[in-house]
Amino acid sequence: MECQLDIFFLEAVLNGLLLAGLLALLALGLNLIFGVIDVVWICYAELVMVGMYGINYAYKAGAPFLAAALFGVLLVALAGAILHQLVIRPVLDAAPINQLLVTGGMLFVLQAAATVAFGIDFKNLGIRLGSINVADMSFSYSRIITFGVASAAMLMLWLFLSRTYVGIAIRAIAQDRQIMPLMGVDHRNIYLVTSGIGGGLAGLGAALMVLQYDIYPQIGLQFGPLIFMICVLGGLGSMIGGFVAAFIISEFIAIGGSCFATEWGYAIAFLFFMVVIFIRPQGLFGGKA
Amino acid sequence: MRLSRSAMAGLGLLIALPFLIRFFFGASERYYLHLLIQIFIWSFIYTGWSIMGRFGLTSLGHGAFTGIGAYGCILLWNYAGLTPWLGIPIAVAVAVLVALLVGYPCFHMRITGHYFALLTLALTEFVRLCIVGLRDYTGGSLGTQPRRYGDGLSLYAMQFEPSRTLSFYIALALWLAGLVIWKWIDRSMDRYALEAASQDEEAAASVGIDVTREKLKVTAVSAAMCAVGGAIYAQYQMYIGPDTIAGLSVSLNIVFAVIAGGLWTMLGPTFGAVFTQVLSEVLRVTIQSTAGLQSAFGSSVLALDTLIYGLLLVLFIIYMPRGILGTILERRDKRHSRIAATPVKAM
Repeated sequence: MECQLDIFFLEAVLNGLLLAGLLALLALGLNLIFGVIDVVWICYAELVMVGMYGINYAYKAGAPFLAAALFGVLLVALAGAILHQLVIRPVLDAAPINQLLVTGGMLFVLQAAATVAFGIDFKNLGIRLGSINVADMSFSYSRIITFGVASAAMLMLWLFLSRTYVGIAIRAIAQDRQIMPLMGVDHRNIYLVTSGIGGGLAGLGAALMVLQYDIYPQIGLQFGPLIFMICVLGGLGSMIGGFVAAFIISEFIAIGGSCFATEWGYAIAFLFFMVVIFIRPQGLFGGKA
Repeated sequence: MRLSRSAMAGLGLLIALPFLIRFFFGASERYYLHLLIQIFIWSFIYTGWSIMGRFGLTSLGHGAFTGIGAYGCILLWNYAGLTPWLGIPIAVAVAVLVALLVGYPCFHMRITGHYFALLTLALTEFVRLCIVGLRDYTGGSLGTQPRRYGDGLSLYAMQFEPSRTLSFYIALALWLAGLVIWKWIDRSMDRYALEAASQDEEAAASVGIDVTREKLKVTAVSAAMCAVGGAIYAQYQMYIGPDTIAGLSVSLNIVFAVIAGGLWTMLGPTFGAVFTQVLSEVLRVTIQSTAGLQSAFGSSVLALDTLIYGLLLVLFIIYMPRGILGTILERRDKRHSRIAATPVKAM
């Protein structure tokens, strides 16, 4: 296949932009947790999968989509808080690698649990929103809605973190873990709230993804590595960095995917990621290595 | 290397094992041998990982090296007709080259911890995507098979799958070679240099240790072992797929088994392999033979063993971070030190 600078190329670029909104939202949740608690949830994409199944269940049970989506967000927020309380808290003082692995173990647990409960077949909500055509280019409404909602959610999170007491406490903890308890902030509650918000963002991601993707137990493996890559590329803990990295990576995927095959888009993105990290180990916007 | 009496006895028992199995479990001989072969091959791979893992270099990239070893060897055999006797060294050389290409900037730029783990994870994904992307040669996500040579038993093609006893001894030899390499590194000066570096890199560098060079050495050995392990696995299984020998779940399985067994002792990774393989087999067999579970969950009951397996691993990491063998040895040492009434500083 040849790659030409034609209208299809522009379509790929714009579709990459729309994908970036979703990936940025997911990377933001992971980044928030890393920045505050200093733990990488390897199973983050699996929480998204849990949310997708939850929404599917609620929707098929007769709930309207918005209620099902809200249910999904709350479900994953709760799952995030439980994950923190039961799995992360006991290893908070352990070696970083054990923290990484314990969530890696949860990846297997969640994936297997979903298989046992729902089977391996693909499910979808059956909602088709159609697409809009602009000058020979076609964009699905679900992608546009995803982009809009993800951007709005990120804006709201930013307002929350900069304007409210809890939000400021969260940012303060991220900057200095030792000092904050002395200032009268209970870091345990902050960790729990952060895990809940991180989970909620995964739930929102799930609500947006059910509009575009089929649900199956292994879907996390397709998105998980991408989300880590975006976080590291932007600089772990840096929210603006995650945002920019999401755009770069999704353009690689969209353009590479339209010029070659889908896997090559991903492969080039991973290669690019490794090269950038060799040059700038702290990521594009990371403060310190 | 001198062997202790108990090591000699253990080795003798292992060599006699196929005959014992034939004598006592003649009916399911092939099944038991298969289980043991799997344990030995994976033990070798796990030991290879632990050679760098024990120095704080937690790589999630070893799924890439097993994948390169397995696919390199098979593709050279299938498409170039190159015997695995040459194919495996070439595949190993490629794996080592990749390891050094990724390792050098990592170590030079002092990338450690989360960053190192996530960077090597990206390497694994990259290799897996390349395997899937080259589907005209590799069979994509469906996997591929080495071309069978004659009746499948051949020195030239290094194919031994039809004879389980032969496969057993090959796997046993591989595993022993892994232990010898482990011991060799454990006794070398490099070990002390790397232990110093894993505690405090700046301090180690200041006393004249070339940290980058030392790390690259173990990385090369470790990647080479995983590539050999992957290739032998492919030769034994006569089938490979991107998810069984490359990819994130292989990487995670390697790390888990080693952590479960014990990272800092020679037989820890082997213990991890025995534990994880036996556990998943027992769970699989029990679950499949329980009619009640079958009717309740249908075919998705097959994932129940992974669920229990994953939960156990999580519990292990939380409550037994030194692994099974590590914890047993630690208890024993504590008892000894109590008897001797000399306080021993725990690491």
